[in-house]
Parts: sequence; structure tokens; C-alpha cells
Amino acid sequence: MIVTSALIIWKGLMYVTGSESPVVVVLSGSMEPGFKRGDILFLHMSKDPIRTGEIVVFNVDGREIPIVHRVIKVHERQDTREIDILTKGDNNFGDDRLLYAHGQLWLQQHHIMGRAVGFLPYVGWVTIIMTEKPIIKYLLIGALGLLVITSKE
Amino acid sequence: MHSAVHRMNALFTFSVLLLAVLCGAASFLDAFTSPLSSSSSYVRADAQVLRVNRFRKQLNGNDEVSLNLNVSIDMRSLFTWNTKQVFVFLAAEYATPKNSLNQISLWDHIILDKDQANFQTKVNSKYPLIDQGSNLRGRKVDIVLHWHVMPKTGRMVRDKLLLSDFHLPEVYT
Repeated sequence: MIVTSALIIWKGLMYVTGSESPVVVVLSGSMEPGFKRGDILFLHMSKDPIRTGEIVVFNVDGREIPIVHRVIKVHERQDTREIDILTKGDNNFGDDRLLYAHGQLWLQQHHIMGRAVGFLPYVGWVTIIMTEKPIIKYLLIGALGLLVITSKE
Repeated sequence: MHSAVHRMNALFTFSVLLLAVLCGAASFLDAFTSPLSSSSSYVRADAQVLRVNRFRKQLNGNDEVSLNLNVSIDMRSLFTWNTKQVFVFLAAEYATPKNSLNQISLWDHIILDKDQANFQTKVNSKYPLIDQGSNLRGRKVDIVLHWHVMPKTGRMVRDKLLLSDFHLPEVYT
């Protein structure tokens, strides 16, 4: 029951937001004081072009973990409508060129996973704890399994 | 039947659900507080370019500009009980033969408190205005104020306001 409802909620969110991963957990303090470690962001991937000031989640080639930062520069091409984007963390001193792939100056549309539209504090700590202390995850799964077995009515 | 694990599970599920509902309710209520629904008319601001500090062509051929600006902002009306911070920035916006839109953040500031939301200051551009190419001589540039309201929980809101425009000089400094 718990598993299926979780799956339904996840797939439902995917459908509504149009993003492959509709929820992300903030892992670093680079957007403080806006977002702290452990906060949850709801993403939305619409057809609207990206503009400065928006907070986007992007993937960089060669990095596994997506990054959540603010767009500070946008250049939109006259003929092709392709865009070049530069991002920066609110709490970082410089822009993100050092985080991009070697020699990469701009992000393009295909790097962007979605833009942050909503915010829920603290809840992400659950997943952070589970990934960093796997033992707690196994204990929790074990306890839930036990619950399922014992709570037959 | 009512084991400790059972109770913990119920408590956890309930607390997460409660947090989600509160988050939704906060966004819902925010929609009714008038400043957010039509914020541009409630924000008073002005920004003028006082001086062009530097205007040159970089070695790679891109134009680079550094500006000195006078900024005054009154955003007190954006603060409600659910406002954590307002991220405000000035952007230079212009069009060139190559790019239909260029948006470049020049200066930004985080307002954490309603008491700090009304101020006037002279600033140098924090980030240089760098064009993709060499199209800036004599170019008309709009100075646009953008703001991004971050709630304690719920939906984030952003808006913008065109403040002024100016023409860059015809020659490099």
C-alpha cells in the first residue's frame, strides 16, 4: 500500500510537471540563505524559454549529481532561438564556469532538467540521512517489512 | 497491534502529510495577499547609469563594459508572513544582430527583512557586461529590475520592471 501510493504520487508529479525528476533535494549550501541543505524543491519543465533570475536544475557532462543554481546571463540567438545560459549559486563568490565541463562556457537547453517553482523545507533530510548512513535505510526497510508481516488483520 | 513501530510509522506519515498540506495552504493563502498578485505596481524603484567605468574590447573580441549605477528600491510591500527573502537584481537587456535577446545580471542583492527593503545606494556593476561579439558601441541598453520572492514554504514568485535605458558610447575608453 505504502509503496504503490508512493509510486502513484511520483508518477503523477512527473505527469503534471513534465519533468523526469519532479522533486530534488538540495545537497549543498551554495544557494543559502534561500535554500539550505535538506530542503526539497519542486521542479517544472515548461516550454517557456529560460530567463535570468530563474533557479534551474542542470546536469553537467561528467558529473553525476545535478546542480541547483540561479541563471545570471542569457543569450538567445536571433535565427535559431538557441540559448546560452550562465548560472551562479547565490552564496558562491563566482559564476559556475569552474563547475562546468572543461572548456565549457555556457549551458544549453538540453542541460536543463527543470526550473524550481516550489519549496518545502527540511523534508529532504530523510533522503540525505538514508544515502549517507545506509544502515538506517536497512533498519527502516526491515522495520517496515516487519510491520507488513505482523499487522495482518 | 499498536506497536511502537506502528505508531512511529503513523506519526511520520502524518507529519509529512501535514507539512505538505501546510505548504499547499501557504501558497494558496499567498495568492490572496494583494502585493504578490500584482507586485509590479507595488514595487517602487529607480536605477540610472551614472558613469561608464570601463568600455573595451577583450582580446577574444568580445566587448566588455563596467558601469556605475544609482539604485533606489522600495520593496516593503513584497514582505508577508510567509516571505523568507527577496532576491533582487539589475539586468542589462539589449538586442544585437546576432542575438534577439541578451540578459546580463549586473548587480544583485538579497533582502532578508522588511526593514531593509527600502534603500538607496550607488554601486559598481558586480558582474561585467560582456557581449557575445563586438556589438556594444552606441548600443541602446535597458536596465531592468528583476525580483524573486522566496517563501518560507510554498510557491516562488518572480516579476520584473523596466527602469531606464541608456546608450553606450560610440568609442572604447
